[in-house]
Amino acid sequence: MPLELVKEKWTGKINEVTIGATKGEGGTRTSKIVVGGETGLPFLHEEGEMPHRPVVAMEVWDTAPSDWPEVLAAPFKEVMDDPGRWSKKCVEEYGADLLALRLQSAHSDWGNASPEKVSEGVKKVLEAVGVPLIILGPGQDDRDNEVLPRCSEVAKGEKCLFGNATQDNYKTLVAACLADGHSIIGESPIDINIAKQVNILISDMGFPLEKIIMDPTTGGLGYGLEYSYSIIERGRLAALGAGDKTMALPIICRVGQESWRAKEAKAGESDFPDWGAVSERGPLWEATTAVALLQAGADILVMRHPRAVESVRKTIDSLTRKNPLRDSAETLD
Amino acid sequence: MALTGLDIYKQLPKTNCGECGLPTCLAFAMQLAAKKTSLDKCPHVTEEGRAALEGASAPPIRLVTIGTGEKKVGVGNETVLFRHEETFYHPTGIAITVNDDLEGDDLEKRIGAIQSLQFERVGQRIEINLVAIRQGDNSSAARYAEVVKKVMAKLDLPPILMSSSPESLEEALKVCAEMKPLIYAADSNNYEAVAKLAKDHSCPLTVKGNGLEELSSLTEKISSSGIQDLVLDSGRRDMVSTLSDLTQIRRLALRKTYRPLGYPTIAFTSEKDPFQETAQACAYIAKYANIVVLDGAEPWQLLPVLTLRQNIYTDPQKPIQVEPKVYEVGTVIDKSPVLVTTNFSLTYFTVEGDVEASKVASLIVVVDTEGTSVLTAWAAEKFTAESIASAVKKYTVEEKVSHRKLIIPGFVAVLSGKLEEELPGWKVLVGPRESSGIPTYLKNTWKEVSL
Ligand code: SF4
Repeated sequence: MPLELVKEKWTGKINEVTIGATKGEGGTRTSKIVVGGETGLPFLHEEGEMPHRPVVAMEVWDTAPSDWPEVLAAPFKEVMDDPGRWSKKCVEEYGADLLALRLQSAHSDWGNASPEKVSEGVKKVLEAVGVPLIILGPGQDDRDNEVLPRCSEVAKGEKCLFGNATQDNYKTLVAACLADGHSIIGESPIDINIAKQVNILISDMGFPLEKIIMDPTTGGLGYGLEYSYSIIERGRLAALGAGDKTMALPIICRVGQESWRAKEAKAGESDFPDWGAVSERGPLWEATTAVALLQAGADILVMRHPRAVESVRKTIDSLTRKNPLRDSAETLD
Repeated sequence: MALTGLDIYKQLPKTNCGECGLPTCLAFAMQLAAKKTSLDKCPHVTEEGRAALEGASAPPIRLVTIGTGEKKVGVGNETVLFRHEETFYHPTGIAITVNDDLEGDDLEKRIGAIQSLQFERVGQRIEINLVAIRQGDNSSAARYAEVVKKVMAKLDLPPILMSSSPESLEEALKVCAEMKPLIYAADSNNYEAVAKLAKDHSCPLTVKGNGLEELSSLTEKISSSGIQDLVLDSGRRDMVSTLSDLTQIRRLALRKTYRPLGYPTIAFTSEKDPFQETAQACAYIAKYANIVVLDGAEPWQLLPVLTLRQNIYTDPQKPIQVEPKVYEVGTVIDKSPVLVTTNFSLTYFTVEGDVEASKVASLIVVVDTEGTSVLTAWAAEKFTAESIASAVKKYTVEEKVSHRKLIIPGFVAVLSGKLEEELPGWKVLVGPRESSGIPTYLKNTWKEVSL
């Protein structure tokens, strides 16, 4: 008797979200990225479609990140104080096809830059590279609300992905993205009910669910990763199995930010001789956080170290090969 | 899968003779389902009935134990597909390979490298569990057994014996059978001879198939000869089909109680690049491998692998807690700042990491909130002015510092007034809301207020 496999019959489908608009579409990007569209759990290609591969967005700051550990800062030393050159390096040297520009200069502890000043940085990056952009505020409500609308305006028509909107602070950003044609990230604090609530609040303002991406808050490897992992899995099951449209959204994870906070990623060999070379350990800590979240259902991974990025990209290659047993393996996208 | 009273009733004689001490067969069946009596109490149950009931009450995925003594590893007996549904019970066994073509110093070095793969992090010890000793193509049975002997003399880890030759396995079993090694593997060519070895030495046995169909038919043949401690290898080595097979095995066992695949699984990495190899191992830990075998033995590679296992196998219902007390980070002096947080391990270790990053030596007062985070504990009234004040007193913080300033998390700023009433003489400072704001706070704000 032939073995009958247990294939789930999912009814839901994750929304497809496009980031970036080319010349013909009212923007100036030379490429765009589509995420989402899954009709099954990650990488189980026999039972669901995964029309777009998960993507890595390389993180670029608009001010030199003085607190990055040496191993992480080293590859960017020369370009750190110029977001344009930093972006170019990511695209040309590391093959980034999506960037996440973090407007840290607007943070009150990082210079408190004016909206005008901050939007200059956004313009610089848009001019320097043709890849689509994710644009992230400093994460302080008042500062986000001051600088993000101006940045949204200068990027009008580029179909960027802006973040983050939260349960308590979403109206300003939603209005700006709605006016300028961008997508938006809705953030929740590792809480599935709030995740859903944020999506509803944003869409109640007339913003289409099809242009929202969820940031469920990432726990780094060893520091709460399992919470994010299970929230993402639960959300996916609700979207695919129960057909919950308010949860059928692609997921973004701030992998770099969280994994590089861990002692295990940055502590030197002199402090922890048993942990091995930090030059390998740091990037691998970041890559491992990403690999685990991919298994839960992450669609966009915001990452930092070039070696971690390269490794995760290779992992995604292996995971999205449809016919691994054949030589002429066909890959997605 | 647990049987219902009705399932059990169907297998009983239905004569209501009462000899079991209960008036009816149905009553007996109900008690049995509730595990309040045992099947032996009914003298009339038929052989088939007994076999059916015993078989059906076995867990859908067998628990298989490898090794003996303190270091033995139990894998399998998982009950869910997603950790949030319950929890994953038996952490993936992590095995590192040793090839038998290593000579002298190289062998010693390899053993030494494996020995050091144990780490201390967030107050817990994490370590690898197994050593997989692999026979090379050109090695003899004698050579293999000799290497097994050498490795076992040095390493206190249960072995996996990897060879396709029954002769070599037999030689190796002569030197380590009493350690209950996992035999790897019985396949379609050798299964009769290898299964006999497993039976004679009562050791767990891996069954290797080429795909799930062949694997099922092999386990059926082998288990019918009375060998029950089996581990499954579907023979895949690339990520996508390995994950697919591991998922199918777990689903067939749990959803269909499919006995031929109701055993724990073993997966092997195949990538040579250490980053890619780690990625494979981690994907398999997340999705259903009960044992993962790696060739890489670098500490910077195993630290993330073992940490991920620790994360995935954390019981979602039971947050890990740290002991409530005063912790010192760095070389503390009597002017060091004092911060307050909860005893949810994640909260504590995040705060500890951020204090460390600030390079400002500090005291952290950990309040017993039964393992809940700041906001949750505050909402549940476990993190209150009273509980903080009593922790500060109980752990005699006044004797440890000369100042009287207490930094509380920004999220519970509302507690300030009440807390100053509870702790006369103390000034309560409101710290950052997020732990990530601690370095800036300690470096800037604290410097100013502490003057
Ligand atoms: S002893 Fe057996 S046959 Fe008799 S009542 Fe009990 S269960 Fe039924």
